[in-house]
Amino acid sequence: MNINLTLIGQAISFAIFVWFCMKFVWPPVIAALEERSKKIADGLEAANRASRDLELAQEKATQTLRESKEQAAEIIEQANKRANQIIDEAKEQAITDGQRLRDAAQSEIEQDVVRAKEALRSQVSSLALIGAEKILGASVDQKAHSEIVEQLAKEL
Amino acid sequence: MASENLTASSYIQHHLQNLTYGQHPDGTWGIAHGAEEAAAMGFWAIHLDTMLFSIGLGILFLWLFRKAAKKVSVDTPSGLQNFVELMVEFVDQSVKETFHGKNKVIAPLALTIFVWVFLMNTMDLVPVDFLPHLASLLGVPYFRVVPTTDLNATLGMSISVFILIIYYSIKVKGVSGFVGELTLQPFGKWMIPFNLLLEGVGLLAKPVSLALRLFGNLYAGELIFILIAILPWGIQWALSVPWAIFHILVIVLQAFIFMMLTIVYLSMAHEDH
Repeated sequence: MNINLTLIGQAISFAIFVWFCMKFVWPPVIAALEERSKKIADGLEAANRASRDLELAQEKATQTLRESKEQAAEIIEQANKRANQIIDEAKEQAITDGQRLRDAAQSEIEQDVVRAKEALRSQVSSLALIGAEKILGASVDQKAHSEIVEQLAKEL
Repeated sequence: MASENLTASSYIQHHLQNLTYGQHPDGTWGIAHGAEEAAAMGFWAIHLDTMLFSIGLGILFLWLFRKAAKKVSVDTPSGLQNFVELMVEFVDQSVKETFHGKNKVIAPLALTIFVWVFLMNTMDLVPVDFLPHLASLLGVPYFRVVPTTDLNATLGMSISVFILIIYYSIKVKGVSGFVGELTLQPFGKWMIPFNLLLEGVGLLAKPVSLALRLFGNLYAGELIFILIAILPWGIQWALSVPWAIFHILVIVLQAFIFMMLTIVYLSMAHEDH
């Protein structure tokens, strides 16, 4: 077994191969591997984040739902209250209106009565005048008088 | 096989001989025929087969991985990209478990070592006579297809790692820190020569053991394949198949060990005591 120039040739080719590998083979492959592992890590993280987001969203949704239910109940309650109030008000209004109408009718009736009385009174006076005329014009006759009086009374 | 009347030992020797190109003692340049001629060429010779297969496999590795890296997609990885990602992730994991500092070189270095050594080791599973015989048909006398059974290849890598160990030791701890680490422990400043000997041996043992472990395992594996190939052809499968299956483990394991030890040594170089 001779040690000869082959040794140096081998060392040189070895150095060249290592240099080539270091320059052109190793970096792209290791970069791809690192990028892939980063991508996977990112993907996993994104998945985690998404599930966390989902959880939050669900929580928020249930909370919103609960709130809106509460609000709806409140609104309904208010509406009921308002409706009752309106009904009460309407009732009151109706009562006062009725009262007023009745009062107005009453006063009109009273006025009519007064007017009628007045008319009657004026007629009575005129009748009395006519009766007196007739009494004074005709002979005094009991019978006739009583007839006139009766007539007068009828006309009242 | 060059000729029909080969003895077992010459067959084995033939299979363990690299295709060596260098200067003959008489001054001419050419391919060594036989172990003695190759040895006579000394240091300034080169194993063409080792270089061819190691560089070819290295280029195959980088071509495949570059192809996947160029059209790398984050969302829809294709078949090749899955495989490349698997390897990269495996190496990245190993590096992160062992090495805690910041260094852009170590992970690609580990990937290169693992895949390249694995590919070179895998050549051991190609039947031992297949490629050498093809080569001999083309007129090439010697052809060893497994670069990691050549000590030059494993030492070349481990010495490169050793240089990185020293470079990062000095870069992280400074020259004084590195020298201090070599001389002032484990026994304090009155035992500097002894400390230096101890730590120096420890330091030098790293590249040597790294290279010899890989070389030894694969050399032994190849030798057993060659020995099996000497047997009559009818019964070879009964031994070579189990050995090949077992050897798959060795191939992966040795590539992994080389990578892991490189990471460990370099992370030790980054540690400040």
